[in-house]
Amino acid sequence: MLELAKVSAGYGAFRALFDIDMSVRAGEAVGVIGPNGAGKTTLMRVISGLIRPRSGSITFDGQSIGGRRAHQVVATGIAHVPENRRLFPRLSVEENLKIGAFVPAARAQLASRLASMYELFPPLKERRNQLAGTLSGGEQQMCAIARALMSGPKLLLMDEPSAGLAPVVVDQVFDLVQRIRTEGFTVLIVEQNVQGVLDVVDRAYLLEVGMIKLAGTAAELREHQFVRQAYLGM
Amino acid sequence: MKRNLVVWLVGIAGLAALPFLGMPVYLLHIAVQILLWGTVYTAWALMGRFGMMSLGHGGFLGIGAYVPALLWNYYGITPWIGIPLGVALAVLVAVAIGFPCFHLRVVGHYFALVTLALSEVTERGIVAARDITGGSLGLTPNTVSGTSLFALQFPDKRHFFVIALVVWLVGLWVWHMIDGSMTRLSMTASVEQDAAAAVGINVPREKLKILLVSAALTSLGGSMLGQYLMYVNPGTLSGVMVTLQMLFAAVVGGMYTALGPTMGSALTIILMESLRILFGTRFIGAANTIYGILLIVFTIFMPVGIWGFVVRCWERRAAAQRARATGATSAQGAGASAR
Amino acid sequence: MDIFLVEAMVNGLLLGGVFALLALGLNLIFGVIDVVWIAYTELMMAGMYAMFWLYAKYHWPFLAAAAAAIAVVAVLGLLTHFLIIGPILDAPPINQLLATGGLLFFLQSFATLLFSTEFRNIGVRLPTLEVAGMFISVARLLAFGVSLIGVGCLYAFLKRTYWGVAIRAIAQDRQIIGLMGIDQRRVYGMTSAIGGALAGLAGCLLVLQYDVHPFIGLSFGPILFMICVLGGLGNMLGGLAAAFIVSEIIAVGGFYVSIDLSYVLAFVVFIGLMFWRPRGVFTR
Repeated sequence: MLELAKVSAGYGAFRALFDIDMSVRAGEAVGVIGPNGAGKTTLMRVISGLIRPRSGSITFDGQSIGGRRAHQVVATGIAHVPENRRLFPRLSVEENLKIGAFVPAARAQLASRLASMYELFPPLKERRNQLAGTLSGGEQQMCAIARALMSGPKLLLMDEPSAGLAPVVVDQVFDLVQRIRTEGFTVLIVEQNVQGVLDVVDRAYLLEVGMIKLAGTAAELREHQFVRQAYLGM
Repeated sequence: MKRNLVVWLVGIAGLAALPFLGMPVYLLHIAVQILLWGTVYTAWALMGRFGMMSLGHGGFLGIGAYVPALLWNYYGITPWIGIPLGVALAVLVAVAIGFPCFHLRVVGHYFALVTLALSEVTERGIVAARDITGGSLGLTPNTVSGTSLFALQFPDKRHFFVIALVVWLVGLWVWHMIDGSMTRLSMTASVEQDAAAAVGINVPREKLKILLVSAALTSLGGSMLGQYLMYVNPGTLSGVMVTLQMLFAAVVGGMYTALGPTMGSALTIILMESLRILFGTRFIGAANTIYGILLIVFTIFMPVGIWGFVVRCWERRAAAQRARATGATSAQGAGASAR
Repeated sequence: MDIFLVEAMVNGLLLGGVFALLALGLNLIFGVIDVVWIAYTELMMAGMYAMFWLYAKYHWPFLAAAAAAIAVVAVLGLLTHFLIIGPILDAPPINQLLATGGLLFFLQSFATLLFSTEFRNIGVRLPTLEVAGMFISVARLLAFGVSLIGVGCLYAFLKRTYWGVAIRAIAQDRQIIGLMGIDQRRVYGMTSAIGGALAGLAGCLLVLQYDVHPFIGLSFGPILFMICVLGGLGNMLGGLAAAFIVSEIIAVGGFYVSIDLSYVLAFVVFIGLMFWRPRGVFTR
């Protein structure tokens, strides 16, 4: 579904990604792990169109999307849940969800999509008129994910969904991811919480200093000596 | 450094001698205005270059223009006392506005708009006190026949040229002084107050210093303009429009170099005179229309202004020459010293 | 209470309506795009001239001329954003102020070139009502009423329409708005057009009361900026409140002292208030 071939990207004179090769197949859940500053967020942004790739190609469903602007990429079926949630704080929960469904195709289905989001995430329904900035961390994450799902994406990008959340809430978030998977969404997750993410994905990549160091199934990575030492503390 | 000083002194002596070598009166007139307005624009640019956009300098200019004139006309107080009093008042007003502004972090848009109020109040105040100031019709300082040092009146434009030159040089010297003491602040410009404070720079105090100096110099320029033109008017020597004029001249001339604002002054005055000579009163408004377009274009494409651009080209060439001489390939050091 | 004082207060209220409209436009632009159009009241002037031209010179029906004038200024708003602000969107605020300062010069002088500095009157004589011993100009009442309707319409637009929500959203986080499938440029364009339209509407209303001349923007501009800063730049409700308060100060002040002095008073009060509450008196 998603193919990255030799993608490089950066900010100004600073290069963050070097010749990334990656793929995500329909129905899969794929993880990208790595330390801070590895370029994980840059990777998400270059896929969703917030920044342009310097070189290489990004193909989604056969279409080349590298270099397209973010709002165009959304229309092709990719939704990005940004790092730190980035909800619109002074809009209500419901308004945040509505904004997620801005693309015409989604707008037409607004009512039914809203209903299914509220079914999937009951706490959001309770707080639908509350200002998004007043929600707790876990609820915000829920809202951010729901907002992304409102556009009816084929691929969901999640940037560090567990960041800044209490451990109990972190578990809830990974449960959420599982649930989304069972609903049939394809997911690409970038995470620092290696333990948590390897439990919910099929395959994973290890990104370090802008380059892919390892790739394999979740089980393979979990057993890999380097991963165990550096990231799982064993 | 020694060589520079000699060049400077020779240059200044040459300039000062110029009018006595037979310059036409009209050109002298233009030259004096370029120098005096150049001083005013330089004063504004002292703040502009650090990102402090003041829209209140029309107020300082008006204070400088009116205080000596009023004191002379009503009390016979010589401008030698009147001008410093004007400067003092301008500085006082600057403190009253600047101290709270900088300590309360009123910056950027807020600062510009608060200072705009100052320009407005000054102009409106002058107009409102029309019984004293003559309102929109302006005020003419009482003329004393002939040249008078006491009244600071010099009908002979050649004498005034020298005075204007001195004032202008004072302005440049002030710029040079601020430049030397503010290199740390210039690196942080207006935005990173927290970063600067973290390094130990007392940002509000430094900003206030610059504002006070700028206000004082502007007031001085206003006083001299009043003395030269022998006519002060709230519309031309105070208010919002003249403040915008300062903006224009500083930006187009180049507000990051010492001579930039003077370039801007030369540009505006020559442009205005040319238009007047060519078209008379047929195209009133043409000058400002061009100013407007130029200001927009320069802000977008050449924020360092004409002189700044010229200076950058020189520096790049000098750096390239040095690089060739030493065999190194880096020519990128030049850009850093442009500010 | 002195009936003339009440009359002054009422007139202050009516004037406040138009300032409220202008403040809304300016705050919308600032709140969403984070720039201050120094030339905002010059855009209003353009609207006034458009009205003069279409209505007084070419004898278009009033409403048609007004609609066209509003459209013209909306387009000017668009042009301002895409030609002037767009290229320097991420530059320091001083550059944006400088550029719109240039626009101010340009609009004023261009108007001078086209129309000379003469005061032009649109030639509409609306009656003056006598209410309880006070003389209230119908033109002012009309301006007040239409302004309030304009404010209400904008509010409804921002709250209930999709684009309205998008505009409010982009004001809160412009970097990820693209992730919602929203083209930032389109939203900014729409905001600029609305801002321009509001200025155009204000122009149509003011041209009924004032003669237009190239520098009329300067009569309203500084006060408008003062109002917006008092209310908190970008704070639309604050701007509304400040508009009425400042108009009242000027009207009542003008009753007790000369009108020029009342402006001076208003500004001095403003500067004082700014130091009490630098972010705007009504900002939370």
